[in-house]
Amino acid sequence: MIELNNVKKAYGYTKALNGINLRLEPGKIIGIAGENGSGKSTLLKAIAGVSRIGSGSVLIDGKPVSRKDAERIAYLPDADMFYSYFTVGQLFSYYKSQFADFNETKAKEVLDFLEVPLSSKMKNLSKGMRGRAKMAATLGRESRYYLMDEPFSGLDPMVRSDLIKGLIRFTDLERQTLILSTHEIREVEILLDELVLLKSGKVLAHRHLDEIRGETGMDTVEWMTKETKAGAAG
Amino acid sequence: MGLDFEKDKPIYQQLIDRLSGDIIRGVRKPGDKLPSVREYAIEVGVNANTVQRVYKEMESMELTETRRGQGSFITENEERLQLLRDSKKEDLVKSFIANVEAYGFSKDEIVELVRREIK
Repeated sequence: MIELNNVKKAYGYTKALNGINLRLEPGKIIGIAGENGSGKSTLLKAIAGVSRIGSGSVLIDGKPVSRKDAERIAYLPDADMFYSYFTVGQLFSYYKSQFADFNETKAKEVLDFLEVPLSSKMKNLSKGMRGRAKMAATLGRESRYYLMDEPFSGLDPMVRSDLIKGLIRFTDLERQTLILSTHEIREVEILLDELVLLKSGKVLAHRHLDEIRGETGMDTVEWMTKETKAGAAG
Repeated sequence: MGLDFEKDKPIYQQLIDRLSGDIIRGVRKPGDKLPSVREYAIEVGVNANTVQRVYKEMESMELTETRRGQGSFITENEERLQLLRDSKKEDLVKSFIANVEAYGFSKDEIVELVRREIK
């Protein structure tokens, strides 16, 4: 279980997170959505323990998160943080040296499923192929929590669809939880149990997708648009 | 694989309809084993929790039975299966009639046309 209690974080005068309260249950796939600047990346960084929060608390399985939790949480940042001269194989060796939970066999299996050659250099890969390689490295970790920041952004629909298949195949919701931020709700919603909608650093709504479809009679994107507008008015 | 889903109806509901359709058409037969939750999730391209819910609902609808340690099987209860066929038939005809009435066609001309087309 991940719990955020009144979490605030500012960059200078900009309030990136403005009092977030959230409970994320284990064993689910949860999407974080919201307009640009709504706080999605900052929220993921706060949960991953890679960015210090201003006030409030972030608890993972009952314990406050810290930088050391990088070992418990497989975090996939939006930015390209990998050495460009690495081959995919060297990237995996690097992961193995950094993370005790890295399972090289599984990472190679994911890579194979996504059809990326192990010997290619990161810098020579297309954006789509690099996205797949990053996904393989992340899923290679046997972590309880996967946090992925915009894993589909800038990738074409075919790549997105392959990555979604990879996520279904290579996560085990009986013991793992996946939290991902995304703009591509339409393509990703099939994957999600729940959706958290952010606006100006606050949680506007947190709903089960079956509820959104079943109760409101709207599709998810329609619902998001309506909620975001209502949030702006209120 | 991966299927296309309607956007404004719960996915688990659409999967129940799909599996029920398989049963009615005889693609899945009484006593057949359903794929494991994980297999079916990968096959249709949805998350395993969704499939878990589908299997649970189908069991409570008595369309499937769970045998401990073996998985889910399509019921061999003929009465229940007949009920499923009847209710599907009724739904299809009712929605057909509603559609036709919305255009203002008379019952007689529709019955007449259906008789002619169906021969």
